[in-house]
Amino acid sequence: MAAARVLLLWLACVAALAAESPGLEKRTAALAHELRCLVCQNQTLADSNAPLAVDLRNQIREQLAAGKSEQDVLDFMVARYGEFVLYRPPLRAATLALWIGPFVFLALGVWLLARRLARRRAAEPELSGAERERAAKLLE
Amino acid sequence: MKTIWLPLGFIALIGLLAAGLRLNPREVPSPLIGKPAPHFELPLLHEPDKRFTQRDMLGKVWVLNVWASWCPPCLVEHPVVTELAGSVPVIGLNYKDAREDALPWLKRNGDPYQFSVYDAAGRIAIDYGVYGVPETYVIDQKGVIRYKHIGPLTREVAQTRLRTLVKELDGGG
Repeated sequence: MAAARVLLLWLACVAALAAESPGLEKRTAALAHELRCLVCQNQTLADSNAPLAVDLRNQIREQLAAGKSEQDVLDFMVARYGEFVLYRPPLRAATLALWIGPFVFLALGVWLLARRLARRRAAEPELSGAERERAAKLLE
Repeated sequence: MKTIWLPLGFIALIGLLAAGLRLNPREVPSPLIGKPAPHFELPLLHEPDKRFTQRDMLGKVWVLNVWASWCPPCLVEHPVVTELAGSVPVIGLNYKDAREDALPWLKRNGDPYQFSVYDAAGRIAIDYGVYGVPETYVIDQKGVIRYKHIGPLTREVAQTRLRTLVKELDGGG
């Protein structure tokens, strides 16, 4: 009976642990996808197998397990490696071109297209009254 | 009008791309410059019982050089570090290495360091924002990081940047 109770308690503990760690893994992975691996710069920490990426993933997991928030971990990384580690850079003067650049180019494209279309319409030949009559006759 | 704008835009684009090509994407500006050197306390490589903290160097201008025996570029910069160590105290941070590899490496290639500290787990290196060994820091009398170089030191960088900065700090401090 006592053994059964111990077993039950143990099962409950294992279940609790298992329930907790997938959440931690998920949060770790989510953060790792937000951060750049500086060794191979076009990969995220999640994709990279560089030793430093492994160390940094462990750092993320440890800090989250210790009760730190996602923002705390991001701040930790930025304090050491700079904003370059963020795949979503904050909007500020230095990154303004990065954020609005694509929209500027889109607007430029739309403007050029509109101008070209307007010009083509304007260039369509106007027919004089006599020409119009001739055309109508030909079409009959 | 069109005939002016098209080539002009093209030249501007070429200029932009050319400027981009000249930048080195590996040189990420360190947020640590102008900030106090992160605190650490680590055992020495040669004497595991003794410990060193960056505070022991307060009042002196010094250079922290991150190296490892498994890192070929460290061997490339080794003669430059050796030269530099003649004019300024250089302390090594042995990064994710094993003593049985690191000590013979120093024996083979010469040991320019006042001493090296042993960061087997690479924890302290993370605090210093290390991502590509070798890396080199200049730290001033107040314990503030004044300069960081990523990758192997060249004679040119050691001469024009490091030595001038150290001289300036020594003179002004």
